[in-house]
Amino acid sequence: MGAQLRVYKRRIKSVTATKKITKAMEMIAASRIIKAQRKVDASTPYADELTGAVTAVAYSASDVKHPLTTEVERPVRAALLLITSDRGLAGGYSSNAIKASESLTAKLVAEGKQVDHYVVGRKGVSYYTFRERPLQESWTGFTDSPEYSDAKAIAAPLIAAIERETADGGVDELHIVFTEFRSMMTQTPVERRMLPLTLSRTAEDSAAVFAKGASVHALYEFEPGAEQVLDALLPRYVESRIYNALLQSAASEHAARRRAMKSATDNAEDLIKSLTRLANAARQADITQEISEIVGGASALADATAGSDR
Amino acid sequence: MAELDVELVAADRRVWSGKAGMVVARTTSGDMGIMPNHQPVLAVLQTGPVTIRTTGESGKGTVIAAVHGGFLSYSDGKLSLLAEIAELADEIDVERAERALEKAKADTDAHAERRAHVRLAAAARTN
Repeated sequence: MGAQLRVYKRRIKSVTATKKITKAMEMIAASRIIKAQRKVDASTPYADELTGAVTAVAYSASDVKHPLTTEVERPVRAALLLITSDRGLAGGYSSNAIKASESLTAKLVAEGKQVDHYVVGRKGVSYYTFRERPLQESWTGFTDSPEYSDAKAIAAPLIAAIERETADGGVDELHIVFTEFRSMMTQTPVERRMLPLTLSRTAEDSAAVFAKGASVHALYEFEPGAEQVLDALLPRYVESRIYNALLQSAASEHAARRRAMKSATDNAEDLIKSLTRLANAARQADITQEISEIVGGASALADATAGSDR
Repeated sequence: MAELDVELVAADRRVWSGKAGMVVARTTSGDMGIMPNHQPVLAVLQTGPVTIRTTGESGKGTVIAAVHGGFLSYSDGKLSLLAEIAELADEIDVERAERALEKAKADTDAHAERRAHVRLAAAARTN
């Protein structure tokens, strides 16, 4: 076998092996998207009911002042929670989220706020540590299937930070950057301000609330009291929002990985095809060369014998 | 007869939903029973049992659940019970709860002990 042909054969073998791996990863990711999506759906009723309850309290007990609802006049420090993935090979998933968080950071800094970073996922952590930038806190190890307890663990220091006085290192605002799962094909990094509470996220929501009228909410009775209810309610609200963000990010991560692995598999197929062509050409060239060598040798031999006869 | 639309939701799933005539839940200031046309209320729940007396299309019967922290909110005939963890009595693994109880006693973890007690109590009432 010719040297050229052997090199091609070797490369085809290695690309085929890679293709098997990417194909397997693609299929694993595809099955995990479904699971992650189901988890997002399962967590929706709780989030909806909780949002309803928070809205009810905020409307009927608007005179109650709570650190989690009151807007500070001059916010000096903001916390930013960024959700990335633990593992790579997911296309631009993590870097897009990081980019979104960087632009939000720039915006907040331009508004004169100091930004404290909180990061979920090894990719985000390594981005910050590589640049030797300070991280308040980070969590890793659960991004592909987050549990509610993970959301609780993340929420605790954030709530503690927002309840602390700003002078003692507390924060006035809480932002979150995560990747929203729109569909199998589209996932977009989004930024949301979680605290102080922006009651209605969309115009439709607020329109619905206004249509009902504030008086509907004003009748609520609170047990034991409006303040205590708010105290208990808001941390749960933050947790559930973080949980939802984690789940959406996980679904997005799997979708991004599936897409990245699909294009890797496609590329491997193309590569195999063109390498096979090259190998075939090389083999043909070898054969041609061998034939011409044989023919050349035979005719030289024939010439030699014909000469000796004379 | 008026009915309550009840939703019992845990953080990661919907545990139970249906029609009920009365719901009793344990709030931080004591047990509270909600019947149709109750005043709108929002209460903080304690770790404790929730009893739902079902009616209408859900059939006559009693659903008992163990709820660990959370809220109860009622307005316009709709009652929502939100909890981080909620389990229906027939879903509760009694052996596991007993093990958890023993462990909690050994660790003197009052919180876990209470949770295990509530689980066992809820399971005992249906079986």
